[in-house]
Amino acid sequence: MTALAPGSIGLATSDAARQVARRHRVGRAGLAVFQLSTIVGIVVLGALLYNIANEAAGLVAYEHKTDPAAVLPGGRDLAALSAPELAAVLTANLSPGEVATLEREAPLAERSQAELRRLVDERVLETHAAAAWNLTDSVLDRPAIEATVAERHPDADLRLTSWLSPAFVTAPQSGDAEYAGIRTAILGSLWVIVITMAVAVPVGVAAGIYLEEYADHTRWLNRAIQTNISNLAGVPSIIYGMLGLAVFVRALEPLSSGGAFGAADPTTANGRTILSAGLTMALLILPLIIINAQEAIRAVPSSLREASFGLGATRWQTIRHHVLPGALPGILTGTILAMSRAIGETAPLIVVGMSTYITFDPSSPFDKFTTLPGQIYQWTARPQPEFHHIAAAASVVLLVLLVALNASAIYGRNRAQVRY
Amino acid sequence: MTVALEAGPRARTARNGANPPMGGDNVLEARALHVYYGAFRAIENVTLPIARNRITAFIGPSGCGKSTMLRAFNRMNDLVPTARVEGDIVYRGQSIYAPGVDPVEVRRHIGMVFQKPNPFPKSIYDNVAWGARINGFRGTRRELDDLVEAALVQAALWDEVHDKLDQSGLSLSGGQQQRLCIARAIAVKPDVILMDEPCSALDPIATLRIEDLMQQLKERYTILIVTHNMQQAARASDYTAFFNMGDRRQGYLVEFGPTPELFTNPKDPRTEDYITGRFG
Ligand SMILES: Nc1ncnc2c1ncn2[C@@H]1O[C@H](COP(=O)(O)OP(=O)(O)OP(=O)(O)O)[C@@H](O)[C@H]1O
Ligand SMILES: [Mg+2]
Repeated sequence: MTALAPGSIGLATSDAARQVARRHRVGRAGLAVFQLSTIVGIVVLGALLYNIANEAAGLVAYEHKTDPAAVLPGGRDLAALSAPELAAVLTANLSPGEVATLEREAPLAERSQAELRRLVDERVLETHAAAAWNLTDSVLDRPAIEATVAERHPDADLRLTSWLSPAFVTAPQSGDAEYAGIRTAILGSLWVIVITMAVAVPVGVAAGIYLEEYADHTRWLNRAIQTNISNLAGVPSIIYGMLGLAVFVRALEPLSSGGAFGAADPTTANGRTILSAGLTMALLILPLIIINAQEAIRAVPSSLREASFGLGATRWQTIRHHVLPGALPGILTGTILAMSRAIGETAPLIVVGMSTYITFDPSSPFDKFTTLPGQIYQWTARPQPEFHHIAAAASVVLLVLLVALNASAIYGRNRAQVRY
Repeated sequence: MTVALEAGPRARTARNGANPPMGGDNVLEARALHVYYGAFRAIENVTLPIARNRITAFIGPSGCGKSTMLRAFNRMNDLVPTARVEGDIVYRGQSIYAPGVDPVEVRRHIGMVFQKPNPFPKSIYDNVAWGARINGFRGTRRELDDLVEAALVQAALWDEVHDKLDQSGLSLSGGQQQRLCIARAIAVKPDVILMDEPCSALDPIATLRIEDLMQQLKERYTILIVTHNMQQAARASDYTAFFNMGDRRQGYLVEFGPTPELFTNPKDPRTEDYITGRFG
């Protein structure tokens, strides 16, 4: 757009033209600020992703307790062996008892090559990582790394490894970073989020409906409730953790550890169960869901309510047939945001006693649990660098899980969209 | 507790869609009505009879309380938490503000069409059928189809939409949407229809169609209409009520009478000023 020169149209005094030019300058300055902010955001996001990817893969120097040449047929490389050959190696080198246990879990003959290779690595060769490098160094500095390995770990194989692998996602927890997986953490996260949403969404939406459609805003009690809910949304999550600890873990221990239902052995969990965690998280996101539901309900045009009442509909019929369908997309959007928040929260779960070392799959709300962010936190806190690599790999999984849940929720929201 | 609002056989015949005999009796009557929003008195001491099977128009300057007055007739003001009513409105011999009267029941008999067309974001069919469904329509799909068709025919919309009943009500033009809203109101078989400036969002052709429609509808229904359009009140209504605003912005009734009389021979000088456009 070109600024008009002073006097270029008869009507414009030079004062007015100068004024217009100044307004355009202000507008351009604003635009520049918005573009810059967007670029900063993109750079930060890129840095985050780079940082995670950089840690999640790279060169690893593997050392073996047992020399591969001694056990692998023909001194061949582990990766080159077929599944039956690997099964043979296992049967030849493990005790009959160990082989029987493995066969019971799943017959060796039916297991995949990757699975068998991992077993041979873990049980026969007793491979472990002696040193690991991040991806950037691995690509740019490979000769130097090779020299270091040759000098310090002369027996090690140097392999480019992705710490994130199908085995990492499906394996249970382990004390060795090379064999540790996040299955229990993923299942724990899913259990907690399901309980959280199952409690928080119905309660939050119902409270939102009450506050918007029924409560009389001229009464001080309702105004006080409203103010409190808005303030609760800003309370730090650790405080909710303390509340959850006091209420669900301690006071309601017989319920939260399932003893009252005769469900689990109450002595081990002591109330520090999936149920306690889910309820604590539900409290945490409840104010968000209520406030969001209220906003979504308020956005439904009042002309629709009037039309409905004008036909002799009751308040509930109006809510059920017009307000809720109209508010649904907005409610879903808020639910997505609240769910993302709940999946990523760590602090309150640490307070309510999330275990970090769980090797069995959680199978009921009364089980002890760990979650992905809890696992990541615990691994990053360890001194051994391999654990930092698997923490990065777990971060990738957490992000993928978040994106997947969000995508499905957005799909649902778009299908529910109403046009007025 | 709900007090049944069926004040006799006439109410029943009206709802069954039969043509009630034309007569000069009143369906509704406001008696010394005051309406407040909080401490603000929006309507002051209005007494006004509404003749059956006639069109009564409310005219007056903006903000004088015409909408408030209209909405008092089917208790729509109950939806405003601060609104309060003194005095009474009598519908077929029964007070609609008496304790125990359910406003839902009142609105079922006294339907409403709004200034801005507000179809539901549903299909044309469902827009018309919804009111019947929620009012406990117990009939076959076929009977519901007939009901929808009858309402659309009465609203002079059937010919335009009969082949696209499953399309969204929002896909229609403004004038068609307003006729859809009228069909929707008719489908619950009301006795009285309140219309708050139903043509103000429409072009002159669509406006004339709605006016024609009102002439047909008054055979079966009693119609109250708020309008800013003096010609509309003069051409389309049988009775006219002129409201004005007092020094505390309270609305009051200045003059009420048969439309030709009020427009040709107003008794009050303020009415004359208003209808001749000399109003300050
Ligand atoms: N919900 C409300 N709360 C408080 N005051 C209101 C409310 N609705 C209307 N009023 C006030 O009541 C008075 C009458 O309003 P009303 O809408 O009935 O006027 P009207 O005659 O219909 O005006 P218009 O011709 O502009 O539609 C106005 O002073 C208005 O400010
Ligand atoms: Mg009005």
